[in-house]
Order: sequence, then structure tokens, then C-alpha cells
Amino acid sequence: MQNQRTETPLLETRGLTKIFGSLRACDGIDLAIAPGEIHALLGENGAGKSTLVKMLFGVLDPSAGEILWKGKPVRIGSPGEARATGVGMVFQHFSLFEALTVAENIALALDGKVAIDRISEEARRLSLEYGLPLDPSAHVADLSVGERQRIEIVRSLLQNPELIILDEPTSVLTPQEADKLFETLAKLKAEGRSVLYISHRLEEVQRICDRATVLRHGKVTGACDPRQETPSSLARMMVGGEVAEISGAGLGEPGEVLVEVRKLSAPARTPFAVALRDVDLTVRAGEVIAIAGVAGNGQSELFDVLSGEVTVSDADSLRIADVPAGRLGITARRLMGCSFVPEERHGHAAVPNMNLSGNLVLSRYASDREAFLTGGWLGLISSGPVAAATKRISAAMDVRKSLEDPPAGSLSGGNLQKFIVGRELDRQPRVLVVNQPTWGVDAGAASRIRQALVDLAKSGSAVIVISQDLDEVFEIASSISVINEGQLSKPEPASGMTRERIGLLMGGFHDGTGHGTETAEAAHAN
Amino acid sequence: MRIELQKRPTPSALYAVLSPFIALGLTLIAGAIMFTILGKNPLDALYSFFIEPLTEVWSIHELTVKAAPLILIAVGLSVCYRSNNWNIGAEGQFIVGGILGSLVPILLPGFQNWLTLPLMLVLGMAGGAAWGAIPAFLKTRFNTNEILVSLMLVYTAQLFLDWLARGVLRDPNGNNFPGSIRFPSAAQLPEIMPSQGSAHYGILLAIIAAVIIWFMLRFTLNGFQVRVLGANPRAGRFAGFSQTRMTFFAFLLSGGLAGLAGIAEVSGAIGQLRETISPGYGFTAIIVAFLGRLSPLGAIAAGFMLALTYLGGEAAQMTLGVSDKVGRVFQGLLLFFVLGCDTLINYQVRLVLRKAAPAAGGQG
Amino acid sequence: MDIAQNILLTIMTAATPLLIAAIGELVVERSGVLNLGVEGMMVIGAVCGFAATILSGSPWIGMLAAIAAGAVASLLFGVLTLSLAANQVATGLSLTLLGLGLSGMIGESFVGSAGIKLASLDIPVLSDIPLIGRLVFGQDPIFYISLILTGGVAWFLFRTRAGLTLRAIGDNHASAHALGINVLKIRYLAVMFGGACAGLAGAHLSLVYTPQWVENMTAGRGWIALALVVFASWRPWRVLGGAYLFGAVSIGQLHAQALGFGIPSQFLSALPYVATIVVLVIISRDRRLTLMNTPASLGQPFVPDR
Repeated sequence: MQNQRTETPLLETRGLTKIFGSLRACDGIDLAIAPGEIHALLGENGAGKSTLVKMLFGVLDPSAGEILWKGKPVRIGSPGEARATGVGMVFQHFSLFEALTVAENIALALDGKVAIDRISEEARRLSLEYGLPLDPSAHVADLSVGERQRIEIVRSLLQNPELIILDEPTSVLTPQEADKLFETLAKLKAEGRSVLYISHRLEEVQRICDRATVLRHGKVTGACDPRQETPSSLARMMVGGEVAEISGAGLGEPGEVLVEVRKLSAPARTPFAVALRDVDLTVRAGEVIAIAGVAGNGQSELFDVLSGEVTVSDADSLRIADVPAGRLGITARRLMGCSFVPEERHGHAAVPNMNLSGNLVLSRYASDREAFLTGGWLGLISSGPVAAATKRISAAMDVRKSLEDPPAGSLSGGNLQKFIVGRELDRQPRVLVVNQPTWGVDAGAASRIRQALVDLAKSGSAVIVISQDLDEVFEIASSISVINEGQLSKPEPASGMTRERIGLLMGGFHDGTGHGTETAEAAHAN
Repeated sequence: MRIELQKRPTPSALYAVLSPFIALGLTLIAGAIMFTILGKNPLDALYSFFIEPLTEVWSIHELTVKAAPLILIAVGLSVCYRSNNWNIGAEGQFIVGGILGSLVPILLPGFQNWLTLPLMLVLGMAGGAAWGAIPAFLKTRFNTNEILVSLMLVYTAQLFLDWLARGVLRDPNGNNFPGSIRFPSAAQLPEIMPSQGSAHYGILLAIIAAVIIWFMLRFTLNGFQVRVLGANPRAGRFAGFSQTRMTFFAFLLSGGLAGLAGIAEVSGAIGQLRETISPGYGFTAIIVAFLGRLSPLGAIAAGFMLALTYLGGEAAQMTLGVSDKVGRVFQGLLLFFVLGCDTLINYQVRLVLRKAAPAAGGQG
Repeated sequence: MDIAQNILLTIMTAATPLLIAAIGELVVERSGVLNLGVEGMMVIGAVCGFAATILSGSPWIGMLAAIAAGAVASLLFGVLTLSLAANQVATGLSLTLLGLGLSGMIGESFVGSAGIKLASLDIPVLSDIPLIGRLVFGQDPIFYISLILTGGVAWFLFRTRAGLTLRAIGDNHASAHALGINVLKIRYLAVMFGGACAGLAGAHLSLVYTPQWVENMTAGRGWIALALVVFASWRPWRVLGGAYLFGAVSIGQLHAQALGFGIPSQFLSALPYVATIVVLVIISRDRRLTLMNTPASLGQPFVPDR
């Protein structure tokens, strides 16, 4: 440890800054990564982590500051130059090509000369060596998220890099898959390579990282040895001040059944989608049911079917307040008292180029017809009541904005999400279905949104939360179910659930009978 | 050298207003260069092209005659393009509207009363709408590319009209010349001020249509649907709007207006059904729609602007001896510049002469 | 037998410009760019090829001029859609409108001029082989180029590294950018290749098919070429099949017109356009299949952030 500190860092940044318009995404970042260490870059969403690593990997040009490699200033103008320098990168949102094969994907990251069949061979060898089995001739579109990440890792390893950057690698993995990844990282470290590990998960940072640099609002707020810290001291550095605890107390006895799903199936609608199979789910008034799962296991498909954006042929397979609703569209379901918040804010839950009042009309024109429309068949939008409601929602959810009625796209992720959730809560829905309520949202907004969901359930509504974030799931759910390859596990009371059990369910173990082959093997290996 | 774009946080209101004018200015500059190359004095040429037609009353009448179909079609296309439906076959819908409306005076020459003209106009709209419904149906039912289908239907309509005007609908007493009988006056769209010039009531139809559609887009839920589905189909589906219905709405509306333009042209400007009835109005209207920033009111101004290029082409041919094709070149250039300038609304544009150094303090 | 041979020969001649234009557009679309200006570039190629031939006396120089003109026209499209991120559909349309206008202006003084036909390359001995000799070895030079282009593009796309890069960009330009691939540069090259091909296809019309200049002589062939790319599911050899199918339809209707049958000639002339619609309907009916074949970033503007 002592030696490492005095050694020249493998990579160092001094005053690295990136400015987008008026936003200082990274502001004078100093960072030093020693050879052979796993260095954590901690920070919540929007802290500037991704911007920083994009500069290190040559995807973005720094606005100011310098990067030193082994003590010498370097200019990393492109990912190709980064790779030539010795930096490898595993992206958070993968940089893969769905229509191409695994080998072709790998070949694209290698600069020239290597024949495609040689790459297949090399990829197979490396993937086995690091315990990341891959079939080079498979098409990426057919692979699971975990397998896709393996391609990214193998792709960067083929360059023989001295520094590997991983951007939020475990956000898409089951706990068991994450353990496998940690073994691979330990192996890389043992070979003398450095790892820059970007995460907002304190537990895993404490578990595997030697040092940590913490970012908040684009600035370094701390550098420490995470093992010497407590989770709460790390969290303070990351969030700045204490975050309000969600109070789940007061969720009383569940009441009448409001949503009942029976043997609901829906075929995959595109080659890249997941089919839903025999989904069963009962949600009562006053309940928050969380549906956990790894990304890409049918969450958005389930949301579409629950919301009515996609209808199913069997009307009885989905009953809302005991009315067959499977064939009803989203508007009809809204008129029955349901509200929906999809995962993607831009272009799904909201139209970015339209201002907030327009986005209010978007989901409320039918349910609040009397308030928001006049002129009979002409269907004139009454701007007064719409503006008033926009103001009311913004105040209730503390939406921070620079203009009275700005375009939705100009709001930060957290503020837009607060508005979108507020838009639905404002009408006191009987049933609320939310997909990834706090994805990419800052901690303050996230806790406000979670509290609002719990409060809605307390007031007697049924709430379904689809979420990848296990912390969130445990914070707000009264019962938990897990989605895996389009199948849903039987909901169990949150109090009796453990992370390990959820991990097994994510890997396809329903009461001990597994059907996910890849993940099942991974789980067995543990 | 390269161009760098930086997305603006919110679209620039200033450039939204300025961009058509910048485009116009650039077109004039390009035009001046072109005339210089052709060996003409650019100022004289531009004068005879863009100013001269406005100096005489008869030619202002002519301008409204040309502007009427352009505005009518462009208003419909604005709705189409805003809702992300790419109808580029307005020329065909124009022709079929012209044909269907003409059937009244050709097949029922005795039917001449106050109902004749309204019936023709309605039939014209129906014809255009029906022709527009084909790409809409194929797009929604079979996922077929509406751009290609609507365009192929232009050629089909042109050939169909050619056959009719030379065949079954030909004037039997016309000495074997193609073209139908001349319409009786009850079947002609009257001129507004017959003593002064040729302007007919088509221009009034165009302006009324533009105002109605503008109102629809601006204030009604239906217009809201158009904007949402055009900007984000997914958000539109979330709102419960039907993409299929919108496609039909957009194609029927734009086809209907193009058909109305077609019958107005035949009954107002031409007075008979000929083997060709359009100097490319359906295509020029695409430029009008974009120059008007896909706003129906903008289409009125842009329609007059483009009508001027038709007249200017004729004027330039007479006074300068340059080809009347120059007008079409102007039209094409104008659309190019309009599209280029629209980038300024959403992006800051920077011209970078060489690859930028990474940062001021990059090398210490 | 001679009649059959002649018909086959004319079909090949009719198919060649469609094939070349479609192959060029295929490369453009594989890189994720939709250029609807094929018709405009083609007609510019036709007029420039014809004019340069008359002025220089050599159809070969005319051919080169057509290629250059097509490429320059496509560059206009490239600047707008790639550097300025303008709407590709609208820009392509404006290229077509500009091309039709410009070609009319350039060609006005050449209307009625006698053209010079690009002579056939009769390959000695081989072209004397009975039945197939004339068909395969006695064609015009652009015919041979069209075959070489088809094979070359197929090889390039699926056998070379650069082709892999091009396909990758068409699949996901953001990922390609993150990997350090210069998306815009490669798209510029693809767009210009498409333009050059369209120009060459135009030259075939005004130097081989009917060696003269007639306004709007492309008569929608550029649009049919666009349809062919969809029909072929973005695969080069299928474009060849499609082009020959359309060549057969258009030659068939010409022969039918000559023979009479009592069908109005206009209806027969409309046949290729109607056939295009029918083929498009058949090919796009399967939504899933279309989604799988279409380059995923087709038509999407790409603005790199730096």
C-alpha cells in the first residue's frame, strides 16, 4: 500500500473540466489511479462520472485540464488513441451492434489487420480464460444482457489494456453474475492491471475497491480508502447531507383486489423483444407490489400490457376492479382510474419538445376531459385550467424550472420525473403502474418520488412498481415479485425476502426449478 | 474543415423566425451567381425574376392563380409532415381530384345550376382523398413505405389522365386534339374581378383552408394529436392516440385538399380537362410546406413566394431570354437552403477549420 | 431464337440503370442514410453525361462526367444531412426537385441533338458463341460495370473490414462513434458512392439506352431503384434479381404496346409503377422480417457530441 502511493500513477488527471453550454459536467477533477489497483469512482446519477470517463476514453474533448499517462501529459483524441495508449472501456449502455455477430462486434473494436476467423479463436480462448463463456458466431440480438456485457469485457481485454474502465457494470447483472464479475476483476488486478470501477453502489465498492474518488455535481468531494469508511460516511460524500428515510409505516391491511392478472401471455412483438408467459399477479388496494429483475427480462413488455399500450386477446387475463380489461386500450383503462408512468421519460412519458402544460394534456385529456377540454366536438384545449394544474403539480412535487412552462426536454432528469409522477398522482389514481420510477434521478428527487408512491398506497390505491434497483424495492414494497425471461415469480412479503433469494429468482429459480440455462450454470458455480 | 453542431437546450425562437429569410437571402445570392455564370447582369435578372411580376395588376392576379393550388396543397402537406406521414404524391391526388370533379360538366353537360360547382368541388376533394387513401391503407395495413407508393401513384395518375383526355373524355368536336369539352360557365370557378385579371376564387378557398387548419393545429385536441404523434409516436401511443387513424387523417386531409386544388385549377384556371393539368404544383407545394415551417399560415406566405418563381421564370424568359427552367432551379435551391437553415433553430453551428486542440491548457 | 435473344438483350439494357442506381443506394442505406434524391442525381448524371459527350465527342468522357456530376450532387445532400443534420427525407426530395430543374436548364440547348452511343464491347471470339455469346459478351461497357459493381459491393460489405464498419454504422451509429469510428466520414463516402452510381445509371440512359436528351428522361427510375433496395432486403445479389425482374416488366409492356392487344398504351406504361407498389406490399407485409433486415439507424440524423 505504501509503495503504491509513492509510485507514479498509471493515469492521472489535473483540473479536468468539461462544459456543455452552461453546465459544468466535470469541474476541475483531480484523479490518480495507481498501477494494479481497483479504483472506485463513486457518485450518484448526474454527478459527472460518465462525462469524466468519456474524456478519459477520448469520446469527449475536455474543455480544460490535462490527462497524464505514467506521468507524461497525453492527448486522447479518440477511442482508438485511448486503446493505443492502453485504456480499455466497458460501457454502461453497451456499444454493441445487434445485427452483427459476437466475433464481428469484437473485430470492430480491434484496429485493423486481424482476420475475422482469428478473432473468433482468440475471443473464445480469452473468454474461457477469464470465465466468461461466449459463442463467437451468435448474433448479439439473441443474447442476454449479462452475455452482452461479457462481449464488452472480452473486447476490451483483447487489446491487452493496462487500465480497464467499467461504467456501472453490475446494474444489469444478477447478484450471482456480479460475483462472477468480481472474480474476473480480481484476476485482472492480480495480473497487474488497473481497474477504474464506476458505481453508485456502496456495498460493492467497499467489497472490491482499494481506493475511491467521490464526485458530486461535477466536483471531487472526497478521496478515500472505502474499507476505512462506513456506508453512511460514503453516502454523505456522495449525496452531501443526509437523505430522508422513506417511511413505509402505515401501510395497513390490504383491501379489495384492484388488479388481477391470470395466465397472461403476450408474444414478442419484435425480434428484439421478450415474450410474456403465464403471468399471474394480484394487487390489492393499499399495497405496493415491486417487480424486481434484471434489465431486458420483459419489464417494458409487462408495462405495455398492464397499461394497455399493447392489448392481449384474452380480455379475462387482466381484470381491473373486477372488470375484464385485457382488450381495453390505455385510454379506457385511464378512465377506470388507472395511471401509468413508463420508464423512458423522453419520447414516451413526455414529448421533450413540448412544454409541461402540453405534456400534462398528453396523459390527462381523457380522464380530465371536463376540466381540460371545451367546445364540444371541436375539442378545444382550455389553456387556463391546464396551466393552473401544471402549476399545482410543479408545486406539489417541487419541480425546479427556470421558466413558467418550459419544454419538458429542458428539465433535468429528476425534475422531469417528478413532474411526470406528479402528473399521475394529481388525479389520485386507484391503480398506479410505474416502470423504473427513479432511474437516472438524483437522490433527492428519488426519495421524494418513492415517498409519494408509498403515500398513494397508504391512501388506499394499488401501486405496481417495476424496478431494477433492489434498494428501492426493499425500501417501498409490501410484497416483491421477480421477472425473469418474461415470467413472474409468485409475490412474497417484502419482510421475508432476502437479496440472495431475489438473486436466485432473477436467475430463473422458481422454487428450486430453474430454466435459465446460462444464468443457472452461473448460479450453480457459486 | 468540418461543421460542428451543439444542441441548444431549447429551440431558438429567433432563428425559427429568421431561418426562412436567411434561406431566401442565400437563394438570391446563389441565383445571382447562377445568372452571372449564364452571362446576365445578376441585378437585372433578379429584378425581372422577383420584382417585375409584382409591378402590374394582371400579373398579381396571375400570382394568386398560381398561389392558390400551392397553398391548398401545402396546408395539407404541413399536417402530413408534422404527423410524420410522408405524402409526396400530392401531384397525383391533385390530378385525380381534377379528373373526378370534371366528370360533372363532361358527363352531365345539361346539369347546370347553383349545385354544379359545389358538387364538382366535393367530388374533387373526394377524388384526391381516395387517391391519398391508397398509400395510407397500404402503410397501415401492410407496413408499405408511403413515400414510394404515393410517388408511384403520381405516375399512374398522370398516365390515367393522359388516357382519359385523349380517349373517353375527349371532346368529340375537338378535331382530335386531346382535351375535354370547355366547361359551361356554371361549372367554372368564377373570377373575383373579371375586369382586372384572372384571379379566381380558388385563392379564397386556399386562405380559408389555411386558417381552419391553423386553428385546428393550434387549439384543438386533434391538432395536439398531430403534433404529439409527429414528434414522438411512442408518446402518442402512451397518450392513447392511434397512429393508424392519424395516418388516414393526414392522408385523407392532404389528399382532399390536393384534390380540391386540382378541381379548382381545372375549373378556375383552365376551363377544361387536358392531358396535363399541373406544372408540378404537387411537388412545388412540398417546398411551400417546408418554407412555411409546416405552419398553415406560413404556407400562405410561402405559397405566394413560390408562385413568384413560376411567374418570374416566365418573365425572365421573355425579358432576358433565359430558360424558364430557372424557376425550377430556384425552387430546388430554396428548399435546400430552408432545410439547411432550420438546423440553426435546434443547434449552434460552428465552422471548425482544423481539428480543435483539446483544451486551452491541454499541454500545460 | 433471335427474337428471344433480342428481348433478353433489351431486358438487360433496361435493367442496367436500375441495378446501378439501386446498388449505390444500397451502400448508402447500409450506412444508415436514406437518400431519396436518386432520381435527381440520376437525371443530372444523364444530362451531364450527354452534354459532356457532345462537347468532347467522346462518350467515355461523358460517362466520367456523369459519375462526377452524380457525386457532386450527392455531396450537397451530404452537407445538409450529415454536417447539418437536416431531415433526410426532405433533403432527398429537394435534391430530386433541384436535379430535375437543373437538368432541364442544362439540357435545354441539347434537346434534339443527336447523341453518341457508348459502343458495345464485343469480346472477340466469346461474343460469337451462339445463343449466349451476344448476351453475355457483346454488351455495352456499363453493363459489365454493373455486374462488377454488384459483385464488388457484395464482397465489400460481407468480406472486408471496411464493409463491416459500414454495416456497423448503419446498425448503431452511437455505438460506432463510441468505438472511435468516424461515422460522418464513412457516411460521406457512402453517400458519394451512391451519387456516383446514380450518375452512372443516368449516363446509361442518355448514352446507351436512348442516346439523346429528353427532359425528365429518368421517368421515375430513381424511385424504382429506391424500391428495389427495399425489395432486395438490402442484399446486393437480390437487387440484381429485382432489377432484371423490373427490366422484364418494362420491356414486356413495351412489346405489348407494339403488339396492340387493344389495351391502351397508358395502362401498359403504368405497369412498372403498379408493379413497384405490388412488390413493395408483398415484401413489407411481414413487419418482423422488415424490422430485422432494415439497417436500424436508417434515416436517423447523427450528431456527435464532443
